[in-house]
Amino acid sequence: MTETRPFIRLRGRSIMALVLSPEPPLAGWLASLDAQIERAPNFFDGRPVIVDLGTLPRETADVAGLMHAIAERGIHIIGAEGAHASWPGLEAWGRKLPGGGQSAKPIEVPERAQAEPAAPAARPAAPEPSPPPQMQSPTEPASLLIDHAVRSGQSITFEQGDITILGSVASGAEVVAGGSIHVYGALRGRAIAGLSGRTGARIYCRKLHAELVAIDGVYQTAEDMPPERIGAPSCAWLDGDLMRITPID
Amino acid sequence: MAKVLVVTSGKGGVGKTTTTAALGAALAQAGENVVVVDFDVGLRNLDLVMGAERRVVYDMINVIQGDAKLAQALIRDKRIDTLSLLPASQTRDKDALTEAGVASIIEQLREKFDWIICDSPAGIEKGAMMAMRYADIAIVVTNPEVSSVRDSDRIIGMLDSKTAKAERDERIEKHLLLTRYDAGRAARGEMLKTDDVLEILSIPLLGIVPESVDVLNASNLGSPVTLNSPTSPAAKAYFDAARRLRGEKFEVAIPIQRKSLMGRLFGRRAVA
Repeated sequence: MTETRPFIRLRGRSIMALVLSPEPPLAGWLASLDAQIERAPNFFDGRPVIVDLGTLPRETADVAGLMHAIAERGIHIIGAEGAHASWPGLEAWGRKLPGGGQSAKPIEVPERAQAEPAAPAARPAAPEPSPPPQMQSPTEPASLLIDHAVRSGQSITFEQGDITILGSVASGAEVVAGGSIHVYGALRGRAIAGLSGRTGARIYCRKLHAELVAIDGVYQTAEDMPPERIGAPSCAWLDGDLMRITPID
Repeated sequence: MAKVLVVTSGKGGVGKTTTTAALGAALAQAGENVVVVDFDVGLRNLDLVMGAERRVVYDMINVIQGDAKLAQALIRDKRIDTLSLLPASQTRDKDALTEAGVASIIEQLREKFDWIICDSPAGIEKGAMMAMRYADIAIVVTNPEVSSVRDSDRIIGMLDSKTAKAERDERIEKHLLLTRYDAGRAARGEMLKTDDVLEILSIPLLGIVPESVDVLNASNLGSPVTLNSPTSPAAKAYFDAARRLRGEKFEVAIPIQRKSLMGRLFGRRAVA
């Protein structure tokens, strides 16, 4: 009897990792890290962190100890990069991560904790309202509005939520969103939606001439798009693992 | 108020140098003081098209590096005295251009001329960036075919982000000039329609210049097409464009294909 082998399905998934770059003097850097954790205790919760050792001079001693010190503080390290070949003990932190990866803008840690702890008696009666944190959790809606056409070669990225474009997206341009993408014009470039696992994200446009659409790692190029949708108002969405492109009326 | 105009495209070979020379001559013939500036360092062509290649002593790089004064490098046209040329260097390359040097030259030119037309090189690197950096108005030269349109779109994106005006949050005035338009191919659907190009690029149309042997002839003779063959369809389109630049508003004429009598009688394709 022949055995059928299970079919291995691979998909891509992008997540945003934080990059920590320790700088000498290390004791001072660890103290700053502690202060940051105290200001925003939940900031590192669940976030994958890469430690960039490239800023440390070659003579730095006990880099493995530094990695332990960071991990002890509850930080979930998924890898290290920029390590010098002579430093011992780093193999435990995993293999070298593949190079590249888009580096994003520096991230601001919110000044105040997201949840106020129980007020001690000395505090004033009314609790101070906490300012909206810079890094919003995925469930809070956030939206970026672009009120002009996106020209060829331009790349618009907004990980935190939806992007709305009042204009067309030119061939050779790229729109990358954590949420959905709404194009009130022709979509001629690439649209990549649903970053960080949002499978419900959708891509809408008035005229579909896209080079590529992708939602949460599942992509479809122009060649494979249903021909009756080309040039017509369309919505791309994920039905399980299949990309569907359907009309918008 | 002096106006700095950049003639750019992204794609090479679409007609930037031809346009710079033709528009420069058209504006000068209308009485304006015009200088045309070649930014294509190392691959200069504007001096050839203007017929000044045997009179180049100093060039823009010499002025930037202080080896010559601007007045020494400027070459006055023999045919129209309100038209001058600032040539590029042929022996150097674009790395010799500096932002401070270009800024200083543009400032000095603003004092002497009404129109400063900068002939940009192709591409999106330093030469093209320097040419557009201090411009008030941009003419995006495009052929009605897909690669030219995409490259023009890229250049428009850069005009909106990399120019001094854009950095001051001001809008740089952009105009589309469709060149090498072939009426016959357009009629047969072999070329992108004007409306399609306008829809993709979304900037106002300055004019449509038909494909023409007059352009090649003029260039071989070292004369802008508006000087050499002023009644040709290409030259007429350039004159119209110059009038629009000076503020006149009128409809853009779409060039028609002129067929000879024999062409009309026997112009059909043979049917097997």
